[in-house]
Amino acid sequence: MTPRKYLVLAGVTLCASIGDSLLSRGMKQVGNISLNHLHDLILAVLNPSVALGILLLLGFFASYMTALSWADLTYVLPATSLGYVLLTLIAKFYLHEAVTTSRWIGILLISAGVGFVTQGPALTHHPANAQPLERGRETASAAGRNDERHAMENKR
Amino acid sequence: MKQAYAWSAIAAIVLASTTGDVLLSRAMKQVGDVGALWRQSGLWTLLGRVLRNPNFLLGVLAMTAAFYSLLFGLSWGDVSLIAPASASLTFVTNAIAARIFLHERVDHRRWMAAVLVAGGVVLLAA
Repeated sequence: MTPRKYLVLAGVTLCASIGDSLLSRGMKQVGNISLNHLHDLILAVLNPSVALGILLLLGFFASYMTALSWADLTYVLPATSLGYVLLTLIAKFYLHEAVTTSRWIGILLISAGVGFVTQGPALTHHPANAQPLERGRETASAAGRNDERHAMENKR
Repeated sequence: MKQAYAWSAIAAIVLASTTGDVLLSRAMKQVGDVGALWRQSGLWTLLGRVLRNPNFLLGVLAMTAAFYSLLFGLSWGDVSLIAPASASLTFVTNAIAARIFLHERVDHRRWMAAVLVAGGVVLLAA
């Protein structure tokens, strides 16, 4: 894991939490959508908060895809869950909301989870059919794949 | 009725986003390290390779379904129910799906992380 990779994980975290809160604000402005008027869902993107939220979620998507190109799904997801902690801290210190004891325990649990997963390796399964010129590698021996995996782990 | 809509939306979000996550993760592993590819062959080659990957397209489709389920759910239930309930369930379903479909080594450490984060997310909304 290089500093640049941690920066990508931070991008995932920030864009997701800010984008989600903007979407939530926007959809509350739009109001309840019934099953009979599903086309209202499509018009909802015209709301400025929803639009900005979608823009941030695009940024989230780009950094998320980047992270998934060099790390496991079960690494990226917990590692980027610090966004929830961030949102609560913003609520406490910036919006001056009351943060209950159970929320502090929640923060503690998430932080512990992030600590657990980031101590381990980021990638545990190196797919044999990775592009570009290496399609033939699908038939490579299991021993060869193991060598590769060791090499990757050593690089980290 | 409001509750039923909210929980159906949560179930739809969890199913769709787990499917999407697994497909996207598989696609990006097939594409390879994005940073290295960008430096080697440029942005357009990289984008072309990502956009032509069938798993990527299917993953985006599943994520779109999850996104609209989220919007639908948010219009019926409180964000403090919909977002944490779907997010925390997704952490657990993703750990199971990643193990089965992506052959990731989900060891004790990762199970602990998934469960701790899922529990923490629920507590944040309490």
